[in-house]
Amino acid sequence: MIKGNFIDNLPKVYGIYTGGFLAFIIIMAIGEQMGMSKYAIGVCFVAFTVFIYALIGYLSRTAQADAYYVAGRQVPTVFNGMATAADWMSGASFVAMAGGIYFKGYGYMALLVGWTGGYVLVASLLAPYLRKFGCYTVPDFIGTRYGGNTARLLAVIVLTVASFTYVTAQINATGTIASVALDIPFEYAVYVGLVSILLCSMLGGMRGVTWTQVAQYIVLIIAYLLPVFWISNKMGAGFFPHFMLANEVARIGELEQQFGIIKNSPENLAMLKEATKVEPGEAKWVLSGITKAHSEVNATPWKFISLAICMMAGTASLPHVMMRYFTTPSVKAARKSVGWSLFFIFLLYSSAPMLATLSKLSLMDPTLPTGIIGKSIAEVEALEWYQNWNQAKLMLVQDFNGNGLLELNEFFMGGKAVVLATPEIAGLPYVISGLVAAGGMAAAMSTADGLILAIANAISHDVYYKIIDPKAETAKRLVVARVLLVVIGVAGATVSAMGIKQILGSVIWAFDFAMSGLFFPLVLGVWWKRANKEGAIAGMALGLLSGTAYLIYLEAYGGAEILGIGQATFGIVGASVSLVAMIVVSLMTTAPNAATQRMVDEVRVPSGKSILGKQH
Amino acid sequence: MSKQEQHWEKSRGLLFITLAIWFVFSIGIFLFGAEMNEVTGPFGYPLTYWFTCQGSLGLFVVLIFWFANRQEKIDEEFGFSERGDD
Repeated sequence: MIKGNFIDNLPKVYGIYTGGFLAFIIIMAIGEQMGMSKYAIGVCFVAFTVFIYALIGYLSRTAQADAYYVAGRQVPTVFNGMATAADWMSGASFVAMAGGIYFKGYGYMALLVGWTGGYVLVASLLAPYLRKFGCYTVPDFIGTRYGGNTARLLAVIVLTVASFTYVTAQINATGTIASVALDIPFEYAVYVGLVSILLCSMLGGMRGVTWTQVAQYIVLIIAYLLPVFWISNKMGAGFFPHFMLANEVARIGELEQQFGIIKNSPENLAMLKEATKVEPGEAKWVLSGITKAHSEVNATPWKFISLAICMMAGTASLPHVMMRYFTTPSVKAARKSVGWSLFFIFLLYSSAPMLATLSKLSLMDPTLPTGIIGKSIAEVEALEWYQNWNQAKLMLVQDFNGNGLLELNEFFMGGKAVVLATPEIAGLPYVISGLVAAGGMAAAMSTADGLILAIANAISHDVYYKIIDPKAETAKRLVVARVLLVVIGVAGATVSAMGIKQILGSVIWAFDFAMSGLFFPLVLGVWWKRANKEGAIAGMALGLLSGTAYLIYLEAYGGAEILGIGQATFGIVGASVSLVAMIVVSLMTTAPNAATQRMVDEVRVPSGKSILGKQH
Repeated sequence: MSKQEQHWEKSRGLLFITLAIWFVFSIGIFLFGAEMNEVTGPFGYPLTYWFTCQGSLGLFVVLIFWFANRQEKIDEEFGFSERGDD
């Protein structure tokens, strides 16, 4: 059936894979009709998909450095686009983004604009030039362009700080999904998640991760789009929701007027706190109420723009994204590939607001059979889906005013529930919920793999090989790389099993850290020939330090925000300091030598040999 | 001016145009978010709302492909394009 080499057959291979996955969904649907239990369906979805990823990981095993670090530089543009999209869209994007839009509206949408706009910077400022450079990792570029071990080491440190913040959240997400689907305690489920993640990356490195990420993208996009289209059609909102929900958005506006968006009083919130009290060690409730209008502009321009800027600059500096463009066959392909990445991301991101709209309307509109606002509390509490999600601690009603009817400000829901519960509320079969679990797992696993690999590769290639033991043989280097992969994975899983995620803060901080330390050293490395080693060292060190210091000032000392820069946007402080430090120090010290200047000239021309050799 | 310098000058020009368009749709329009939202945009959505869920996002996709094509043309013009397929 399949002749010739693997790369030429990619469309066929993944076509068969997609067909097989759709067939699997249909078999599960038939199984559900024939009385298969919900638990069995959930287990099948997660186990089947993880098994396939592990198989791909095994088939991609390699003993070559360029295959392990950059997938042999032969990943075609469209497939690299899919892999990047999976790499990029985390468990949080998949599970929490629609919920964020549902509760926070416009203010949250800055993340959508930022997480897509960043790719314009990637395509125009960085990716093609770093590809021409021929580096294996992002610190590899910094180390070679500026020269010296200090710059290289600092880049590794910034990369590790940013990526580790991010990776614990991803391992945590795989653990949560595995614990629900397989019905095992979270402390063990985290390690089940970790093993699945490592199965994809350990044997094949970047090559294994690339081909599993493509497979994971296919699963996650089907799992996201199918319910959105199905719900929209079932509600009669329009067969193509993206173009046809204007009336629904307007209707939510009317209902918001009718019910009134009321901020709960302190007494009400105290009642809520009482109702959601848990014993120590028990899982906590995660709930929000609707306090913001759906489609109105509810944030100041600066609040919106500053958040968007941070996410854009952070996107362009996060190494696990950048290193995906090292795997394309040419500079030209790297540029195109960024376009494809964003296209595949766009498919999901543009659907999240539609899901939020459908979910909100289905709960709010009293004329719809699923509407609960305005119904009696007793009636809502008797609903089967309400009881399920109440048990999962993701839904709660409270009768604050004691009138026996559910008001808009008396209904609370977890952000995750928008993606997880809406199919059930809309009356879709359970097979869709199983599919969504598999999609969430794929999203979290693919991002975790990319991040763990980015950290492990930076330490094994830049610290071990380039600094500690430059004479190491390939076999030894790859052993070190794999050991590090396991060590970092276990460290991430341990941190997330201990539940100290709160200490590490939010995923958004990863973008701010990356932006603080790496954005300007990377960009100026290509675009400003005069930038030198001393400048880059100052830029990275002072950028990371000042950003972190400002964050500590805000979080630990409760300092007042300066210029409206909050904890989510501390990267603005870091990056500004980094830029100034880099320019001032560069100009105060000697210009880079002729060889370095020539290197920058060569990087700017797509044709010709890369700066670093194919194997290095 | 050498061929290489001319090539870089043109590439830089393209970068500035690309970044200008990017700036308008990622930052510029959101300075007027509240005013713009009063206007009905494509498909009947409020205009700012539409930009945040589809408009800006889709535009970035198109912008990157446009940029990639233009840059390829510049590379070809100066004979700097890579041989072989992508």
